Amino acid sequence: MSVEANAKPALLEIKGIKTYYGNIIALKGVDLSVAEGEIVTLIGANGAGKSTLMMTIFGSPRAREGQIIYNGRNITKLATHEIARLGIAQSPEGRRIFPRMSVYENLQMGASLNNFAHFTEDLERVYTLFPRLKDRATQRGGTLSGGEQQMLAIARAIMSRPRLLMLDEPSLGLAPLIALQIFDVIRDLNKREGLTVLLVEQNAFGALKLADRGYVMVNGLITMSGTGKELLARPEVQAAYLEGGH
Amino acid sequence: MSVTTNPERAAGRSDIVEAFKQAAWAAVAAAALSFPILLFRAGANINNMLVVRSRPLLVLGLVAAIFVARFFIVIWQSGRTTRVKSSGIGISPQTAFQLKALLVVLLIAYPFIMYWLTGPFGSLKWINNYGIQILIYVMLGWGLNIVVGLAGLLDLGYVAFYAVGAYSYALLSTKFGLSFWICLPLAGILASLWGMILGFPVLRLRGDYLAIVTLAFGEIIRMILINWTAFSNGYAGIASIPHVSFFGLPFEDDDTHLTFASFFHLHFMPIQQTIFLYFLILALALLTYFVTMRIRRLPIGRAWEALREDEIACRSLGINTTITKLTAFSLGAMFAGFAGSFFAVRQGFVSPDSFTFIESATILAIVVLGGLGSQIGVAFAAALMIGGTEILRELGFLKYIFGPQFDPVQYRMLIFGAGMVVMMIFRPRGLVSTRTPSIFLNEARTISGANVKEGHG
Repeated sequence: MSVEANAKPALLEIKGIKTYYGNIIALKGVDLSVAEGEIVTLIGANGAGKSTLMMTIFGSPRAREGQIIYNGRNITKLATHEIARLGIAQSPEGRRIFPRMSVYENLQMGASLNNFAHFTEDLERVYTLFPRLKDRATQRGGTLSGGEQQMLAIARAIMSRPRLLMLDEPSLGLAPLIALQIFDVIRDLNKREGLTVLLVEQNAFGALKLADRGYVMVNGLITMSGTGKELLARPEVQAAYLEGGH
Repeated sequence: MSVTTNPERAAGRSDIVEAFKQAAWAAVAAAALSFPILLFRAGANINNMLVVRSRPLLVLGLVAAIFVARFFIVIWQSGRTTRVKSSGIGISPQTAFQLKALLVVLLIAYPFIMYWLTGPFGSLKWINNYGIQILIYVMLGWGLNIVVGLAGLLDLGYVAFYAVGAYSYALLSTKFGLSFWICLPLAGILASLWGMILGFPVLRLRGDYLAIVTLAFGEIIRMILINWTAFSNGYAGIASIPHVSFFGLPFEDDDTHLTFASFFHLHFMPIQQTIFLYFLILALALLTYFVTMRIRRLPIGRAWEALREDEIACRSLGINTTITKLTAFSLGAMFAGFAGSFFAVRQGFVSPDSFTFIESATILAIVVLGGLGSQIGVAFAAALMIGGTEILRELGFLKYIFGPQFDPVQYRMLIFGAGMVVMMIFRPRGLVSTRTPSIFLNEARTISGANVKEGHG
């Protein structure tokens, strides 16, 4: 059972992507689409290839087969920084903030993409979303707590005013309450500003509740897709990812 | 914003004034004490008669040393007390600025003070061996700091660009008769070109691998200079390189044409050229400093720092890491090129012996010792390492203790190694391990390196 993205045109369209690490195949032909204004989540176990797919969209590693179409343009062969300049922002796996630069400078790096055009405005917006970052503005990124670093990574991605925001496990290693806060922020951004979000998560329950649609990935292949509610209701999903009850 | 800065500024000024007062009192006390004790010394002359010798220089030097020491102790302590008060760390930016301005004034006055204290012949050593020599390494340290400290690209072959600069001036001036003032920018351009040539193949390398390739690059340049005798005259080097002129006026003892001495109606003295060279390297070093500080505030400078922190994050933020790396390499190389052509014009002779790996290692040690990315720390480290080596030459009295065979200079590497070990234990992030954010919202606060574990950012 698969639910196609409704009438809205797809902002990101992934067709038959195969990615290899050396001779080892990591993605075995993945199809996925994200429509403008949607929150789409990709869930799956460790090693399923979720992060690989996210990095493949960003061009490193490059897909060996298949096509990645963004906004009607084939971006499969573009360099990472060129892809970023098309309006795709990413909060990568492991946060990857700049540890020895201050929080403020980290945010500046996010805004450097569009030459600080709306910097003060965006800074205020980010500080409203994450008031904690304002208190920590002059502190080194590396001295923040895990949750604050995750907030910083998301805030830095938002600073570039992306059309598509890709988040790789934003709830990883966070206290449940902080994870909920982060999900709230994602929902808020999507509702109020129509930001398109592709969310990779292991926290399947939270992600599926948040998302319009979801994909389930197993061993480098998409095995199920549907709306968030549908997937939550499916026994296979419940057995594999929601065991223990939430 | 003005509300927060005004008291800070006032505090900064009173810090300096207070330090000055205390230093002056300490100096007066020192003078009062040392005047009766140290100024006169009884001794015997050739005829074994009792004579009294006065030693004004010793007393003056001592008083000056106490003044300077007291001044910096007070500044340092005031920095420590404000740390407790305002949760900011270290010296306030206003005080730091005033200290830097004071340092520049002292550096400008330095050759004249030395000339006044030790005369035209005695001051040669002080201006040349200490002043010029240290400033060359300060400049090289600042140049390498762009590559290693800011962009985080470990470069073990930095001396290659220094060599390119030196040989460009040597060859262009001896073969084509171009003047120093034309060769200086040319040397910078050539060196930065070579920086890019090195940059391209190593774009994909980081850390240890990058270090090895740059090390090899430094050796390749030296090997070419040794073996391509038709071009560079091999081991023999290039001699009789024209000396520097005062914007066209040569420093010569010659009445037949216009020289620096005759133009300014002075008596010719070799020290005039040395003092001019001192100011030249001071200007070049300050240029390096200001350009680096300026660029740190520009997007490209912050891209360098971000590159040092995390390359993948950089790319996903839309930063073109290729251009970022190449600019770091070429700008760092350009300053080495300037320093190289200065080296050639000062020595009047270049040979591959001056550009061995140990030079690269020394410059890198200066950068690491000073604290990666810290400009002022690098300057202090250069003074310590290069000045320290020179001071070892002065310790002739140790011969009386360890016997006539003892040469303290031979122990340079031992002392240096021990110093490095001590540094790594007590200050693993370098002499100055704090970094002021290049841009700040309301007030500048330094970000201490001590809060972040090494290897974890």
